[in-house]
Amino acid sequence: MTETFYDVMRRQGITRRSFLKFCSLTAAAMGLSPAYAAKIADAMENKPRIPVLWLHGLECTCCSESFIRSAHPLAKDVILSMISLDYDDTIMAAAGHQAEAIIEETIEKYDGNFILACEGNPGLEQENTGGMSCIIAGKPYTEQLRYAAKHAKAIISWGSCASWGCVQAASPNPTGATPIHKVPDLGNAPIIKVPGCPPIAEVMTAVITYMLTFERLPSLDRQGRPKMFYSQRIHDKCYRRGHFDAGQFVEKWDDEGARKGYCLYKMGCKGPTTYNACSTIRWNGGLSFPIQAGHPCIGCSEDGFWDKGGFYNRLSGINQFGVEENADKVGIGAATVVGGAIAAHAAISALKRSQNKGDQA
Amino acid sequence: MSTKTKNEQSVYVYEVPIRLWHWINALAITVLAITGYLIGSPLSSLSGEAYEHFLMGYIRFAHFAAGYVFVIGFIGRIYWAFVGNSHAKQIFLPPIFSGKFWSEVWHEMKWYLFIAKEPKKYVGHNPMAIIFMHVMLVWGTFFMIFTGLALYGEGAGFDSWQYSWFSSWIIPLFGQSQDVHTFHHLGMWVILIFVMMHVYVAFREDIMSRQTLISTMISGWRTFKDNRKD
Ligand code: HEM
Ligand code: SF4
Ligand code: SF4
Repeated sequence: MTETFYDVMRRQGITRRSFLKFCSLTAAAMGLSPAYAAKIADAMENKPRIPVLWLHGLECTCCSESFIRSAHPLAKDVILSMISLDYDDTIMAAAGHQAEAIIEETIEKYDGNFILACEGNPGLEQENTGGMSCIIAGKPYTEQLRYAAKHAKAIISWGSCASWGCVQAASPNPTGATPIHKVPDLGNAPIIKVPGCPPIAEVMTAVITYMLTFERLPSLDRQGRPKMFYSQRIHDKCYRRGHFDAGQFVEKWDDEGARKGYCLYKMGCKGPTTYNACSTIRWNGGLSFPIQAGHPCIGCSEDGFWDKGGFYNRLSGINQFGVEENADKVGIGAATVVGGAIAAHAAISALKRSQNKGDQA
Repeated sequence: MSTKTKNEQSVYVYEVPIRLWHWINALAITVLAITGYLIGSPLSSLSGEAYEHFLMGYIRFAHFAAGYVFVIGFIGRIYWAFVGNSHAKQIFLPPIFSGKFWSEVWHEMKWYLFIAKEPKKYVGHNPMAIIFMHVMLVWGTFFMIFTGLALYGEGAGFDSWQYSWFSSWIIPLFGQSQDVHTFHHLGMWVILIFVMMHVYVAFREDIMSRQTLISTMISGWRTFKDNRKD
């Protein structure tokens, strides 16, 4: 008999009651009606478990941390049993040759049917300059990634590293860290981006659960992110939005506004430009999220968030002019130059005109 | 400047819709620039309860309302370029393949650099103004409208027409939403610099060139200050 997710969970000691709770929570997180909880449970019980190969490239492992620290013990157990079975070099029991053999085994057994979960990204500079970074089992990570990707059914880019590049890709990007979808020669498996640094644990499980239940990829937006979690900005559902509309802002750390929970826009909050589910699903089992803790959103799920100037500045940094500037500084600078030129031109014009008048007289 | 006895002749240049658009547009840009700046750098925080105020809301509302006036006005202006008189097309289609046009641009440049003693006479815009308006105003307006509607679509949501027509491809084109904000913001400075130069040149030419400018945009009639040819 083929193994199901449910079998695995039971084996891990998860009660049926907890299992059903997980199903309804996941249905709710995906924005589905409660009726879908039963559908999810049914899929978990009857459909063969989707094998997952979880590879780690250049990364900080915060995606895995997000998983295993999830305050909801239930979600944690479920996730672990969902993914730790095949290959995840951080949390699996096997090590060394034994561990690498698992990759081979999974690819042989489930060729074209497993999900390749990528945490982190490869450094392509080693191909370009012969430098060395991220060597796994004696081979560059890029090779392992390409090999597995060509046999996978779908690729999930976990987190901002795999989705966008993240901190290791920050200028000048010495290792040539490259997000998964931009790695050349990777085969044709569809790529789902689940950005965030890290992504929310519930979002991660929901994506896998969705694929199991509905036997298709979740619908993606133009940038390859599941629409159900990335179609709204933090700002659209932020509970401090009332203060934004009213014009009540934290002006500096620890001021009266900060104590009253005013909007963090002036402290550089990137909520208005960040697509993620933090303000709805929140973190640590719905306990809180950065803005609720009094800190502005830094836009961790957006492309390039690491290279846009200070996290605490409202206007982005523009580096093209050699020094760190923002749109207003550039604009005021240019307007001053033009204003000066106009004044000078006006003065010369007036002078010429009075000279010409003199000629005519 | 040799004509002592002025023999003035007038031509009807700017039809009513053009003049109307010009002044409505000027007003819309003023409102857009002030409210836009305040969206980027909001006023000092208000105290009291949130439900007592809606300041940022009103500022954004004024920006969006003026934004739509700006958009609809521009659509009307494009329509008029098709049905209006020949001057209505000028800023949209600079005759860049005409040698005469470029030699006149050159002459106009020399006039501004105080090399040429006298500008030529033009019924419509002078050639340098055409280039300047085409690049900074026409393209600047397109840019502000496209980036503005892309930002608007983000707030309006995935199922809005603004989102599907604009945000859906403009946001990824720039990279992400924050970049669109930055470029929309820089675009404001391009438009403001255009306004500074435009206002200066309009006054200067009104005084120093051989035709009226400011009164022309009010009455529609261009009056020449001398009756020599060219
Ligand atoms: C001359 C034309 C315009 C100027 C000078 C202008 C200026 C600005 C500026 C400076 C900002 C702040 C950007 C930032 O730092 O985040 C802004 C934001 C914005 N503008 Fe415009 N804008 C213009 C036209 C438009 C148009 C036509 C629309 C479309 C309706 C529009 C919609 C928006 C939206 C939706 C925002 C973001 C508001 C927010 O984040 O709350 N703008 N504009
Ligand atoms: S705190 Fe940030 S996300 Fe929340 S309303 Fe203010 S700007 Fe928007
Ligand atoms: S609030 Fe913003 S910075 Fe914080 S985790 Fe969510 S998306 Fe990332």
